[in-house]
Parts: sequence; structure tokens; C-alpha cells
Amino acid sequence: MIRFENVGHRYGMGPEILRDVSFHLPERSFQFLSGPSGAGKTTLLRLLFMSLKPTRGLITIFGKDRSKITRSELPLMRRNIGVVFQDFRLLDHLTTYENVALPLRVRGREETSYRADVIELLKWVGLGERMHVLPPILSGGEKQRAAIARALIEQPRILLADEPTGNVDPQLARRLLRLLIELNRLGTAVLIATHDLGLMDQVDARRMVLSGGRLEIYD
Amino acid sequence: MTEPGRILKNLGEKLNAHIGPGIRGAVAKKPMPIVPSDNIAGRAMVLVIAIMTFLSCLTLGAVTLVRDTAATWQTQIAREATIQIKPEEELDMANALITARDIAISYNGVTGANVVDAAATARLLEPWLGTGLDIEALPVPRLVIVTLDPAARPDFAAMRAELQQAIPNATLDDHRTWVDRLVAMARTTVTIGMTALILMLSATALTVIFATRGAMAGNGHIIEVLHFVGAEASFIASQFRRHFLFAGMKGAAAGGFGAIVVFIAFYWWSSRNMATPQADQATALFGNFSIGMSGYLGVAIVVALIAALTAITSHVTVLSYLKNVDTTHPDGM
Repeated sequence: MIRFENVGHRYGMGPEILRDVSFHLPERSFQFLSGPSGAGKTTLLRLLFMSLKPTRGLITIFGKDRSKITRSELPLMRRNIGVVFQDFRLLDHLTTYENVALPLRVRGREETSYRADVIELLKWVGLGERMHVLPPILSGGEKQRAAIARALIEQPRILLADEPTGNVDPQLARRLLRLLIELNRLGTAVLIATHDLGLMDQVDARRMVLSGGRLEIYD
Repeated sequence: MTEPGRILKNLGEKLNAHIGPGIRGAVAKKPMPIVPSDNIAGRAMVLVIAIMTFLSCLTLGAVTLVRDTAATWQTQIAREATIQIKPEEELDMANALITARDIAISYNGVTGANVVDAAATARLLEPWLGTGLDIEALPVPRLVIVTLDPAARPDFAAMRAELQQAIPNATLDDHRTWVDRLVAMARTTVTIGMTALILMLSATALTVIFATRGAMAGNGHIIEVLHFVGAEASFIASQFRRHFLFAGMKGAAAGGFGAIVVFIAFYWWSSRNMATPQADQATALFGNFSIGMSGYLGVAIVVALIAALTAITSHVTVLSYLKNVDTTHPDGM
């Protein structure tokens, strides 16, 4: 589904953040991406999300060469990738319901055509009673679940989560992890960027460890 | 629908039983606009736009007023010519005046000619020579006022030649010197006014651009989120364009309305104080303070231009932001 071959990236004239990174993310796979702070996890996620172009190497996303994907094609390609940002990126002036429905709304769909789906998904992530609440009122865990729901509403082929348990207590972290495992069971590939070893120990999944810009994979 | 989608859908259907109709009904209300309708930067922008539009419209109105007044002066002077007959021993002044009037009136483009009689001439000289003047006793030149059709001016050269032949002491003044001076003055005044207006509109345009960009800066996170959830650039730009067009229109309309109120107030004041020395003075300088249809149309155009400028600026800013968000933004994830 997504393949990296000898990918390297540097910002401007700075040092290379990623060096000769090669891996393959198959459909329906589940993996962790870990490594110390500054190892390049966020850069790798940005490359996966097509928010950056590699300075060298080849990235193939859904069968297309990343270097040949034009700016106008990006929105359509991105609809296959759900992203959960570390800082949630919810819009404070929209309710939980409206935030989750945002990806569908920007596609120009009528509200009546997706209302039921959004409500169902909100119930699924346990926010059925909080759908009319604005994000500043939500707790960290609720924001995280709202962000996950927004990433899932378009039924992406892969979900990228950047430190999804970084702002929640261990109990809620386990609940969120179960949610992501359930999602994976339903067919969506999941990649979780984290340096929470406790979280990784809970699932027998592939680990991709970044260190000094290089990637080691432990299947 | 994909396999996970179907499963999610089935799961949702099961969960649906637990969702009350109250919740469903509550969601059906009109969704919030994606770009928040009000924030401090947005309010400041509307205020700045209102003030700049007000000043631009005042400048435009003032230029319109000066232009119209200058045109009126010019037309009024160009509507008359004067025949002056200097007295001489042998000259029968009464006959000469009638002859001059008849010559003048025989030309096309002359709508009338009146001899300024002795009483009127005495009144003209009253400020210098006092009352009780016997005009016949003095060698005072006499005048014939010729009224002209501004649309079809007579052949002054032929009239002058004929007058010279009939009455050697007669001179024809077509006020060309005055008209030329007034035209030059009016053109200078209007040019100065137009320059001031262009500077004012340029300052307004720049202020509107900076204010819009300032207001846009507070919306960067919205652009980013929309971008990352797969919104197309044209969709994001259209959301902001619509919002800023409305905000710009609100500010510009308020400013334009304020300017129109000022013009109406001045017009009302000059109408109320008609025939007082102050109003006469003001009217002599600025006409009757009515900016006319073209003035109001100008205000409407300024308002529309400023609103459009705000929308275009937001559109360009969004596209420029989106161009950079995938390449240079350090916090893209």
C-alpha cells in the first residue's frame, strides 16, 4: 500500500533527518513507530501524509509515485489517509459533531447524507452524548477520540496517529489503543507514532524504531 | 463502500438503536460556518475598512463637488459676452447701443441682448461714485450684455468685425480670458482632487490588504486543518473569500453610509441657511453641497471595490498559505 525505498530527508541545508529509510506498510497492518525525541518520527509521518516531499529516495503511495502526485491530486489522495494529530487540531468554534463531519463537509456533501454516519461514529467512540459540545469543553481523552473519529469518518485505508496517548492517563490510553485495534480488525491499516513502551507492550505488533535518522524494523 | 466501511456501518446500525430522536433532531440545525464569523482581528478589520471607506468617499464627494462647481462657474461665464461702447463727442450713444444690440442678436448662438440702461450703469458705479450720479454728464462706457447659447456659440470674429465697422468705439469681450483662466483653475483643482482621491484609494487599498492579512493570520490553523482533512484549495479559498467579502462589504457599506449621511447633513444645513451670509459664501465656493447621482454612484463603486479587494486579498492569502503549508511550514504535523 505504502512503500519507502532509500528515502532521505533534510530541511533546507540542515543535516539529514532521515537516512536510507526503507519499509512497506501493507493493507490492514498494525505497527508502532517509535524512537527518541528528534529521531524523525514526525518527519516520517509528514512524508507518509504527503505533507513533505523526500529529498531523495522513492515513495510509492497507493501505487503512485509520490514525486508524480500533483498539488491538485493531493486532497483526493489524502482522503485515503486519516491523521490524528498530537495536538488534535480540532476547530474550537465547531461542535464535536461538526468537527467530526468536517472531512465530509469539505467534500461538499449535504448534511442530511452524512448525519446518521457521523452520529453512529461518535457513539462508537463514546462521544454520543458530547456531540454538541465545543472542543474547549472536552477533556483530553474526549478530544483525542473526537480527533480519531474525524480521521475515521471517511473510512481511510490507513490511519496515522501521532502520540495518540500522549495527553491521556494510562487507563484512557488503553481504551484508545483498544479502539485503534478494533479499527484495524475492521480493515484499516494503523501506524501509531509513540515513545510509550508500556503502550507498545500491550500489542504484539510490528515495531519500527527510528534512531539517528535510520529505521530498524522488528517484526 | 469498502469492507471496513460496511462493518462500521453495521456497527453503527446496532448502535443506532441507542440514539434517541432528540439527538438526531438537534443536529439538524444549520451548521456553523467553517470560518468563524467573528473575532477580534475580524472586528478590527471591519472597523478599519469602515473608516478608510468613509474617508475615501468623503474625498470622492469633495472632488465631485469641486468638479461640478468649477464646471458651473465655467458655464455661467461662458454663457455671456459683453459689448462695450466708449463715449465720444460725436457719438450718439443711444443709437450706438441699439445698433450694437441688433448686430449681436442677428447672430446664431445669441439667445438675447440687453442694453444696460443708464440707471443700471449708475447702480454698477455706485460703490465708487456714490448715489445721485448723472451718468450722461460723465464719459462712462456703456454696456450691452449678450446672452449666449452654450451649445452653439456664435462667430465672435465676424460679430467683432461687424461691430467695429458699424461702431468704431465698440469692443466685444467674449470673456475668453476669464473662461480660459477658470478652465485652467478648474482643471488644476480637479487634478489635485483626483490625485488626492487616488492617494486616498491607494492608502485604503493597502490598509484593507494589511487588515485582511492580519485577520487572516488568526485563521491559519483553520486553513491547515481544512487542508489536512482533504479540502481542495478552491474550497478553502471560497470559504474565506465569502467570509471576507461579507465582512468587507459590511465595513465598506458602513463607511459609505456614513459619508452619505455627512453629505446629506451638509446639504440640509446649506438648504436651511439659504440666504444667510455664511451659506452664500459656502454656496459660492462649493455650490449647493449636493454631490448628485454621480457622487452617490461613486460612493457605491468605492464600497463595491473595497469589498471586492477584501475578498481578493483573502483569496490570494489562502492560496499563498496553502502553497507554503506543505513545504516550509515546520509544524505541518
